[in-house]
Amino acid sequence: MNEYSKKILKVPTVTFVREQDQGKQPVLDVRNLGIDFGGLTAVDGFNITIGPTEISGLIGPNGAGKTTIFNLLTGVYQPTRGSVLVNGIDIKGMPVHKVNKLGIARTFQNIRLFTDMSVLDNVKVGMHNDIKCSFFESVLHLPGYYKAEKRANQKAMELLDFMGLAEFADTKAGSLPYGVQRRLEIVRALATNPSVILLDEPAAGMNPSETTELMHQIRRIRDTFHVAIFLIEHDMNLVMNVCEAIAVVNYGRIIAKGTPDEIRTNPAVIEAYLGKEEGDANAEG
Amino acid sequence: MKIIQYLINGISIGSVYAIIALGYTMVYGIAKMLNFAHGDIIMVGAYISFCVTNYLGLPVVVSILAAMAVCTALGMLIEALAYKPLRGTPSLAVLITAIGVSYFLQNAAQLIWSSSPKNYTSVVTFQPLRLAGGQLVITGEVIVTIIASIVIMVGLTWFTGKTRTGKAMRAVSEDREAAELMGISVNKTISTTFAIGSALAAIAGVLLCSTVPTLQPTTGSMPGIRAFTAAVLGGIGSIPGAMLGGILLGVIETFSKAYLSPQFSDAIVFGVLIVILLVKPAGLLGKQVQEKV
Repeated sequence: MNEYSKKILKVPTVTFVREQDQGKQPVLDVRNLGIDFGGLTAVDGFNITIGPTEISGLIGPNGAGKTTIFNLLTGVYQPTRGSVLVNGIDIKGMPVHKVNKLGIARTFQNIRLFTDMSVLDNVKVGMHNDIKCSFFESVLHLPGYYKAEKRANQKAMELLDFMGLAEFADTKAGSLPYGVQRRLEIVRALATNPSVILLDEPAAGMNPSETTELMHQIRRIRDTFHVAIFLIEHDMNLVMNVCEAIAVVNYGRIIAKGTPDEIRTNPAVIEAYLGKEEGDANAEG
Repeated sequence: MKIIQYLINGISIGSVYAIIALGYTMVYGIAKMLNFAHGDIIMVGAYISFCVTNYLGLPVVVSILAAMAVCTALGMLIEALAYKPLRGTPSLAVLITAIGVSYFLQNAAQLIWSSSPKNYTSVVTFQPLRLAGGQLVITGEVIVTIIASIVIMVGLTWFTGKTRTGKAMRAVSEDREAAELMGISVNKTISTTFAIGSALAAIAGVLLCSTVPTLQPTTGSMPGIRAFTAAVLGGIGSIPGAMLGGILLGVIETFSKAYLSPQFSDAIVFGVLIVILLVKPAGLLGKQVQEKV
């Protein structure tokens, strides 16, 4: 057993559940999750429990498997081992759109908006399963169509307004500034009515003032919509300020879990990010 | 006067190509596959409408509705049986399957209706319009075809732009995975696309055979290929592109038949396609797609 795996065994089994969420069903319950690509183990032994109103973070060096974990949680990849429970339901074998309906939504590291569509339409695509109006009702312009459309527009505008994007409603999504596109992705994810939102590097490419604004917005989303938020981020300022619990992964495995303060001082985390110091090795040797 | 006559006839036949091209372009845009059996759906539609009027003696409107219903069901069935199991496989496998389905439909039609041509009675009954002292003749078929294609174009633009299903279609067409993650069922969306494309093919079949009254199992294949060309010409995946490409193709075909050579009209049409694609590889209204790195 090498130095590295010894440290992994010392990981505390903290679950990401806030005090007020204790006793409630977790929105996300991941057990022993793992995936192999060919002979390469990309993720292994990933465990996490996220309570209904938790803001938690997933950090780790580049290539540690963070986005792979998001793809496993949303059903894009089928795991080799372990299980993912969204609101208590195992997503095994489910098509991606059904997993979304269970209450999990996400944004993307490289923004993936529907660039040719208007901002409002992007949000309405997110509300797809919420708009109750049949094919024939819409083609034949039955009253149900107008009612559903009116309600959908209203809800979409409210969501846009919440993130300060109402003024862009009719703009083509692809022509928006970068930071605004990032916020629109969050609105689109919110529109699917999730109980947990996965944000993949929400602050990437944002300037410091935009990032500060984003931190407020993340808290406001949790408080307004009562959703859990699980985010991947390299901006440590954001992670340490916003997240109530943090998991650190390296080489596809969790190497530390805990509150921001615990993570800041955890030697395994410091080693993963900064490499091992000469003196350290001797001390532990 | 002659030139206007040719132009009108060209727009009319081009409108039929355009309606067929819409089916190609929508399926390509959303399912990212070329459905080469699309032309043969036209033929099935024409046969169904022929049978309903000639054997059952029902009114023309009923025959068109029956053709649309049968083609819609057929299109969805083909998609579910032949294409859906191949989703995620290399596009070549799907392409070959589509060609197989095309031959299957042609041969099935031969078994059911025999290979001898049927004389299709036009669904349009009103008298041709004579203008400029009889020099300019606009047949009822021409008028109906052009009106039908305008209605379809406007309807489809509205449908894809405003309805929930239409938005889902555009979303899947732009980014299938992101759409899925927003809770849109890709399978359902693709199936709907096939349904709409096939219903349009039925209308195209009726219009085509009303203009060119010979109906046989291979009736759909050449117009199908021309319409595919039209879709590529206009920019495959683009709905206005299919419309523009179809009409352009019809006009070029009619003019080259009239002024250059009836035998070489196809060669000229495809020659024009090659030239346009050399200059604009994405087609006239197609978007230049940059490879994502």
